[in-house]
Amino acid sequence: MRGYRTILVERVDLGQGTTGRFHGLLHSGGRYVVSDERSATECAEESAIVKRIAAEAVEDTGGLFVTTPADDPGYADRFLAGCLKTGVPVQEIPAAEALRREPRLNPGISRAFEVQDGAVDAWKLLWGNARSAEEHGARILSYHWVTEVIREGDRVLGVMARDNRAQEMVRIEAAFVINAGGVWAGEIADMADCPGVTVVPGKGIMIAMNHRLVRTVVNRCEHPGDGDILVPIRTVCVIGTTDVKADSPDDYSIDRAEVQQMLDAGEVIVPGFRQARALHAWTGARPLFKDERAGEGGEDTRHMSRGLALVDHLRRDGVSGFLTITGGKLTTYRLMAETVVDAMVEQMGDARPCTTADEPLPGSEDGRHYWLGSRLAAQEEAMADDQLVCECELLPRRKLIEAARRRPGMTLDDVRRALRLGMGPCQGGFCTYRATGILHGLGDAETERADELLLTFLQHRWLGLEPILYGDQMRQACLDDWIFQGTLDVEHLPVAVPA
Amino acid sequence: MTHQLHELMRDSLDHCVKCTICETYCPVAAATPLFPGPKYVGPQAERYRGGDANADASLDYCSSCGICTQVCPQGVKIAEINSQAKAELAQERGVSLRDRLIARPTLAGWMGAPVWPVANWTTSFGPFRLLLEKVLRIHRKAPMPRWAGRTFQSRTRARRRAPNPSAPQRQVVFFHGCAANFYEPGTGAMAVQVLEHNGLEVIIPKQGCCGLPLQSNGQYDAARAYVRRLAAQLAPYARAGHDIVATSTSCGLMLKREAHEILGVDDDDLKVVSERMFDICEYLVMLDERGELNRDMQPVDMEVPYHAPCQQRGHGVGTPAMELMALVPGLRASQVDAVCCGVAGTYGLKAEKYDIAMEVGRSLFDQVRASGAPLSVCDSETCRWQIAAATDRPSVHPVEMLHRAYGLG
Ligand SMILES: Cc1cc2nc3c(=O)[nH]c(=O)nc-3n(C[C@H](O)[C@H](O)[C@H](O)COP(=O)(O)OP(=O)(O)OC[C@H]3O[C@@H](n4cnc5c(N)ncnc54)[C@H](O)[C@@H]3O)c2cc1C
Repeated sequence: MRGYRTILVERVDLGQGTTGRFHGLLHSGGRYVVSDERSATECAEESAIVKRIAAEAVEDTGGLFVTTPADDPGYADRFLAGCLKTGVPVQEIPAAEALRREPRLNPGISRAFEVQDGAVDAWKLLWGNARSAEEHGARILSYHWVTEVIREGDRVLGVMARDNRAQEMVRIEAAFVINAGGVWAGEIADMADCPGVTVVPGKGIMIAMNHRLVRTVVNRCEHPGDGDILVPIRTVCVIGTTDVKADSPDDYSIDRAEVQQMLDAGEVIVPGFRQARALHAWTGARPLFKDERAGEGGEDTRHMSRGLALVDHLRRDGVSGFLTITGGKLTTYRLMAETVVDAMVEQMGDARPCTTADEPLPGSEDGRHYWLGSRLAAQEEAMADDQLVCECELLPRRKLIEAARRRPGMTLDDVRRALRLGMGPCQGGFCTYRATGILHGLGDAETERADELLLTFLQHRWLGLEPILYGDQMRQACLDDWIFQGTLDVEHLPVAVPA
Repeated sequence: MTHQLHELMRDSLDHCVKCTICETYCPVAAATPLFPGPKYVGPQAERYRGGDANADASLDYCSSCGICTQVCPQGVKIAEINSQAKAELAQERGVSLRDRLIARPTLAGWMGAPVWPVANWTTSFGPFRLLLEKVLRIHRKAPMPRWAGRTFQSRTRARRRAPNPSAPQRQVVFFHGCAANFYEPGTGAMAVQVLEHNGLEVIIPKQGCCGLPLQSNGQYDAARAYVRRLAAQLAPYARAGHDIVATSTSCGLMLKREAHEILGVDDDDLKVVSERMFDICEYLVMLDERGELNRDMQPVDMEVPYHAPCQQRGHGVGTPAMELMALVPGLRASQVDAVCCGVAGTYGLKAEKYDIAMEVGRSLFDQVRASGAPLSVCDSETCRWQIAAATDRPSVHPVEMLHRAYGLG
């Protein structure tokens, strides 16, 4: 928007990083009013902006902070004072009113506060930003893995990236390189010989439940802890999360004990939670910044700041043409971009102002927020003459074909990130083979690749399914298993499953 | 709206594994592309509801026959979820004058009864029906019952006795429903005679409409008021130990189960009534099992096709009508291989749904016609009217066959 020619380099697909693995909460700031005042204020300001510029990706659910019988009743007053101090809009409502609005809430709640939380669909937000960038002339190179930051003396000149589809190296020269590698930002800074940028992966688990048990975001009115937020987003609601220091940002393993911990946590907010159907579990790693050179921070990731971190490598390492931005939250993504580009502009001696807070993303011009029934309404129009590929997510055949034509060579996970294929109750049981067949029929995936797409997708879905197999989802998995093994005999497809 | 039971019904959507059995049995989805099917509008679409606005008017094409719930191997309350959603849709979009009218059989009943010859003439008078279709969107060919003049209630005033706790075993209450009251008092009279022939004394208390047509037209508040009032009228009898017997299988089911499970009515009157409520064929088979049914019957030499209506299946008691007819010497009843006649109470009357209803019932009608029998047998009144109109021969309640076998008329 400031008129630069830009290239975005992403090693896999947009949303493959932490952004596609988060909780879905557009923070009002309430969560941080006591423990991290700066983050609270940033969230309050930014969430209002994101609601405006990315309306399509946000559902204005509103939020509640409730004091459950398991919470310290003294926290509520500190919470209220913190909101006033940090500028987070809040209003106390009678507990009975909260229960009227959310009948499934723990009837033992003693206090309730209304805040302006929202639910944000990371993919919609990403696609909106990507489209906007492209409309302003940017190029987006997905499946390009940066392996080297090219330096000449004290200047960064660009990067070398491996094109993982064409299997070749690409040299990208640029007047300026911004490292927005999230939890991987330290690795990239290392490539530029700027060591000590440590981004601690603060790993967290989330579990999506089959349907909305609440309509508004529900937070426990307590010091931030584990499993204390339930976010209604799209057709599901998500309980989360934990925060443990992981050894590697690429560790997506799911700890059984944490699954149980989340289900117990759900019970505190909504009694009977364990009887509801769990759909899928996943983990993501927060980028928690710790500058070894500044010597700050500790090992307890829960208490590290959620504030954004700009690393000025000119000042810090004497390297020009290179900046790192990390830390932060999805809610503050725009502010992070503004901050780092302001710093770049300053370094380049070029005074171009930021306009991202004012210009709506493509698709959000009318300011209409996402609403739960929207896919149902769209399907209502097309009903009679289009087949549903993914029934759970109401994805019509036409949309899949359009997307495949626009972006040839997609994996089914790419389709999932773009169109939500396989994200509903049956977790790919009925749509995987349909989608594979359609891509094959279009000539987009020849036989061997089609087999591979199918197996890979099933395997990826399984990672998030296997840890939560009980009750209804177990039954579903058995039926799906019968379809794929018993009927389609996928185990004997003549391809090797990629690792 | 956020009634606990509603939440329970809604929660049952969690059990759906998308096996699609409900869709393969849904008679409406098979007949029209306008209805996306029970899995779609039920467990699938329900996940998209609960926001600000309802998004899927197509759900209105559900006829509420309830077969989906019956066939679901996972126990998803599909029909119940759909009924709830329909009610919310109706609340949001408003209920048409037509749907208000046809959902209140007592209203039409009382309007027509005093002037019954005129009323009957108008409803069979083509130009009037065309006008009705134009103005009210009631299909000109839709089957309409004929008013019988004096109501069943006024014909049986002598039986309006008080509950009698000291003689409960031999006294039963007859719940006749609106159909017998206004249009088919003959069926009501036969039921009374058959019960009496089996040594039972029959009490016919004052009673109103159960509210089922209101429920199936999404008018839940009104339906609740109706069913509560009716339950209050019948409850003293149930408390005194009288069993309640119904010829209208769908209205009986309303009191037995649906008012609680779909409308979420919880009151004590309804509870005691539902515990004492029996479909008449179910009741007679029970008598037979206890060795108390009068098996002294004359031959009725006839082949008859029998259709078990959807609501009858909702009782979950098998097909007692078939068991009873099997007792009648010479009577060869065979069950039609079809799930639904299409009318589903008031659904098939509506101009935009008449053709769908006829398509749903087509195979049933074909089988009845092909049987060559002079009549067909079915437990539910609106189904009988639909089948009779579509097959050009009478369709009668099973008690009528017993009535003949007992030589009562
Ligand atoms: C469990 C959990 C819950 C969260 N919940 C919330 C929430 O509810 N609300 C909220 O606002 N925030 C939340 N967050 C925080 C938020 O998700 C992150 O702060 C945010 O998504 C980070 O975005 P990012 O763009 O900095 O990083 P990323 O989204 O990780 O983007 C970095 C990208 O860089 C790519 N990359 C890495 N190395 C290379 C390379 N060598 N070459 C090319 N590309 C590379 C990666 O593939 C990745 O896609 C949560 C985080 C976690 C872990």
